[in-house]
This record gives sequence, structure tokens and C-alpha cells, in this order.
Amino acid sequence: MDAVQALADLTEISSQVEQVAIVDQDGSLLATTARDPVRAERFVSGITRLLDEADRLAKSRSLSELTQLEVSTLGGSVFVVRRGGRIVAATTRADPTVGLVFYDLKHCLGSIGEVPGAEAPSKPAADGKKQGDTGARRDAPVRSARRKADSSA
Amino acid sequence: MLLAGSLLGSIFYRRRSAHRKERVELYAGDGTMASLAEGTADAERMLALARDVLALPG
Repeated sequence: MDAVQALADLTEISSQVEQVAIVDQDGSLLATTARDPVRAERFVSGITRLLDEADRLAKSRSLSELTQLEVSTLGGSVFVVRRGGRIVAATTRADPTVGLVFYDLKHCLGSIGEVPGAEAPSKPAADGKKQGDTGARRDAPVRSARRKADSSA
Repeated sequence: MLLAGSLLGSIFYRRRSAHRKERVELYAGDGTMASLAEGTADAERMLALARDVLALPG
């Protein structure tokens, strides 16, 4: 499946995602929900800055390669999933269902052809060991066919 | 009855809003996760960058 189709599927399945961009390993934009190239470029630029800072923080905390991040503000959340250098980034409204958003983004990324070093979509890393200092984690629900109406709860 | 329902709904909504927090969580490929404590400089920097992204028009 190509990135444009994967993005279309993502926005159809998930009512929670708002802006989305899929960026290839070389930094080229594969697909986006942005209405024009300027907005798309600004969005990708903002995501890149966020990801660069996250990489720096992960390194300072001795985390291995950063594969996903979630930044939740009172006004909305930003999610990034990275595999083999390719990333999918999305914004959501405030207080999203975190596990579902990660699941959908991973599924989206996994459906776009082959990415070197990528693994099959699985449950979020949230199931693993925790090095941080706050919060309980959520497991990703197993879903075979979810539609927009199901995710609005 | 209607008034009591409205009151309870209002209380529930306010409690839910009060519990909503800002957070930053980083996940590594080996399954580890780091949650940046709210109010720290690192978390605030990430939150500011995220707000910039969220403020962009679609």
C-alpha cells in the first residue's frame, strides 16, 4: 500500500487524529492531511524539532532508540511513531485514547511497504519496563476492524 | 431530579477536567519508557514544542 492510501485509511479509521504527516527516512514528505505544501512543511518542521528534542532527552536518559512519543497538552496531543527512520506524526484533540492512537499510527506505518529494520505492528512499548517517574500505562486493545464510530467513546 | 442530574454531571465534568494533566512520554525500541515529570524544564520544553505544532493550521 502506498503512503497516501495508508493515510486515507488512518483518517477513516481514527476519528481522533486531526493533522497527520508521514515522512520517509530521507525527510521527504510521503503523505499529509495538510491542505497545502506550506502548511505541510511547517507541520513537518515542528514535528522534526519535537523529535530532535525527544531524541536528545532519550539519549540523556540512556534510553535505546526512540520509537514513539506522546506529548499531551491541555489543548491536544502530539504523537509520533518511528520505524526504520520513517515516521508518522499526528495531532489529536485533548485527552485522546492513547493506546488506540498508537495502535492506529503503527498500523498505518506498517501498511506502507517495506521499511528497513521495521518490525510488525505490536502492542505499544508502554507494556514494557518503565524508567520514568509518573503515571500508569494503558495497553493497546486488540482490534481487527474498527470504524470511526467505535473510537469516539 | 433534573437539577440533581445536572449538578452531578457538573461535578463529574469538573473532576475529570481537574485530573487531566499535561505529560511527555518517550518510548524506546526495547520496550522501556520514560515519563518526564510535569513542571521540569525538559517537560516544559517538549510541551512548548508540541503547543507550537498544535497551533498550526491544518
